[in-house]
Amino acid sequence: MTELTNKERMKILRHGMPEQEAELRNKNFTEVNFGYTAEMAIEEANRCIQCKKPLCVDGCPVRVKIPEFIMAIREGDFRKAGEILKQDNALPAVCGRVCPQEEQCEQVCVLTKKFTSVAVGNLERFAADWERENVGFNPPKLKDKTGKKVAIVGGGPAGLSCAGDLVQMGHEVTVFEALHDIGGVLIYGIPEFRLPKDIVKAEVTALEKMGVVFKTNYIIGRIETVDELFDNFDAVFIGVGAGLPYFMNIPGEHLNGVYSANEFLTRVNLMKAYDFPNNDTPMYDIKGRNAVVFGGGNTAMDGVRTAKRLGAKRALICYRRTEAEMPARVEEIKHAKEEGIEFHLLASPLEFKGDENGWLKSMKLQKMELGEPDASGRRRPVPIEGAIEEVDVDVAIVAIGNGSNPIINQTTPDLKVNKWGNILVDESTMKTNKKGVFAGGDIVTGGATVILAMGAGRVAASAIDEYLKNGSEW
Amino acid sequence: MYKILEARYVGPDIKLFRIDAPRIARKRLPGQFIILRIDEHGERIPLTIADSNTDDGSITIIVQGIGKTTKQLNMLEAGNSILDVVGPLGTASHIENFGTAVSIGGGVGTAIAYPTAKALKDAGNHTISIIGGRSKEFVILEDEMNEICDETYPCTDDGSYGFHGFVTQKLQELIDGGTKIDLVLAIGPIPMMAAVAEVTRPLGIKTVVSLNPIMVDGTGMCGGCRAIVDGKTVFVCVDGPEFDAHVVDFKILAQRNNMYREQEHHSLEECNFEKMFAKGIENQKAEMEVSND
Repeated sequence: MTELTNKERMKILRHGMPEQEAELRNKNFTEVNFGYTAEMAIEEANRCIQCKKPLCVDGCPVRVKIPEFIMAIREGDFRKAGEILKQDNALPAVCGRVCPQEEQCEQVCVLTKKFTSVAVGNLERFAADWERENVGFNPPKLKDKTGKKVAIVGGGPAGLSCAGDLVQMGHEVTVFEALHDIGGVLIYGIPEFRLPKDIVKAEVTALEKMGVVFKTNYIIGRIETVDELFDNFDAVFIGVGAGLPYFMNIPGEHLNGVYSANEFLTRVNLMKAYDFPNNDTPMYDIKGRNAVVFGGGNTAMDGVRTAKRLGAKRALICYRRTEAEMPARVEEIKHAKEEGIEFHLLASPLEFKGDENGWLKSMKLQKMELGEPDASGRRRPVPIEGAIEEVDVDVAIVAIGNGSNPIINQTTPDLKVNKWGNILVDESTMKTNKKGVFAGGDIVTGGATVILAMGAGRVAASAIDEYLKNGSEW
Repeated sequence: MYKILEARYVGPDIKLFRIDAPRIARKRLPGQFIILRIDEHGERIPLTIADSNTDDGSITIIVQGIGKTTKQLNMLEAGNSILDVVGPLGTASHIENFGTAVSIGGGVGTAIAYPTAKALKDAGNHTISIIGGRSKEFVILEDEMNEICDETYPCTDDGSYGFHGFVTQKLQELIDGGTKIDLVLAIGPIPMMAAVAEVTRPLGIKTVVSLNPIMVDGTGMCGGCRAIVDGKTVFVCVDGPEFDAHVVDFKILAQRNNMYREQEHHSLEECNFEKMFAKGIENQKAEMEVSND
């Protein structure tokens, strides 16, 4: 085969992601996206012009060697592509599915200037899936044992990424998880149809095979404090996340039928309430009823699409700004619309109303319009006087964000946090004010993305490695 | 897996379990609870730790078989295991020498009141317990309460044992009789706790209740356990479970506990206990055969 010129490469059209038909998938929990075939992956990889100074790598929070793994795919060496991914990313099959690539690697791809970017995320997913399905566990090279022990508090994306790097550096790593399963938001928050739990399980198993020890049902702060961890460990990484759900503080929020997105999604995902009574955890019967989700982020999209799949007659997003301001991934918004989700924009809830037995029946909404930009640079929604509507609703899911998890802060009083309970760190090392204690992910930044948490986990891992080697000053 | 060391009935379908959980036993304080999940398909349910033993590393819980999970739990015997036990959760009871402390337990609520009553005794309080039940067999832990309390008053609704009447009536009798009470701890069904709050409110007696709402994770993550206390939303799992009875909104608490009434009923009906029981026997037989080999 003759080598393509860059001009020829750029003429190849971006390959869309094959997916389940919308009318079918909005009734099941199996994954929406099918993934590329090998042919599609090679063709898509051929679109990459292998920039000498690849901007995509700078756009990636964990600095995956993107041109290199794409080159391996182009050459048909899928195994090598998987190996390259694993060097920088402990969870490539996860990231290929849930990263907001359009704001990261793909946004800065030079092809976007004239064409559309290389589908980096889809290719990442392909290489990681191929490795899992054809090679199974492909052990990376581990450095010699250092004899140093690191405790990771929280088995979510930040902790897993930190654990993956540290174990490869030769340290002994133990991950402590409060829930009965490992993965954090990947297992309780993100639904099966977007991220199958078997994939998370496979990535966690890979870490286990590399030597990471996982302890579930183990709440640091309760069973052992952070200080007590130092009896057995040389350093501690805190990645407990932001999981304390915010409510809107409007009348009627206590009514039956009003959920936090966390509770709603945890019941369905982690506890498998969609398969009740085969699984014991119940869920309010949504079939034929009206469901509303407040918020415009990925969690809101996950919630509303889950409600639709549980049989909601109407499943709607209620957001106080417009679609342009929604923080959700573009693909999630697109998928939601295809699946029949209604978007009720520029509307802000005022009150929930219930019946005499405390069941949610309707909500009062204030219509909004966009005014001047606020501190976040987004145009601030302002109420239109007198424009209030009442909408029938049986289930309301509040997905407006989360505060920091409280237990570590409550039980580690000398750990410095800001007024929102986020742990204060030096951003280049993720060092907290406590010697030997590092932190990263949502507990530091407030609710953000899987990949940013993983990036923080990596930064912390190299700083922890440095600290353990040189015992550097604090 | 968490092994059951001891299992015995202490009342009608009310069973005491001693579970091997040394890490929890070591750290647990009165008023705290655990969440357990029996098996892979199980739900997570919160249960207050009634007692613990740091020597043998065990914790004690007392369970009344009401729904599917608690009934299934009560079929387990010593030697069986529970898949997940996590804790200790919640903030510990506030313990100090108040003077005279009355601990009121309604039904299985006595098991929840017991550890705090014990701690109140250790702190030097004059301790009185009022333990109630529908009839005699529902009055539990009388011997244990007797041991740690200066006065113990069993009560039954039907008069089959002890004082004939509600725990609130006994409390009122003590107050009318001139007992000076500095603290009331009331744990039991919601209507009972609400009624105790009304007895003590006019007298301004500090009254504490332990709430038991529906929970999933128990670490502040789901918000399912939210309750209204003093007009504000609290998460019972991390802010409680104990609160000032005079400012708890019991009506909303009761409504929220009805959230899954229909599903719970369905789950119980669907569940074939005979089959489960037979399977349990089979497993035990298999275990015995293994041990005989």
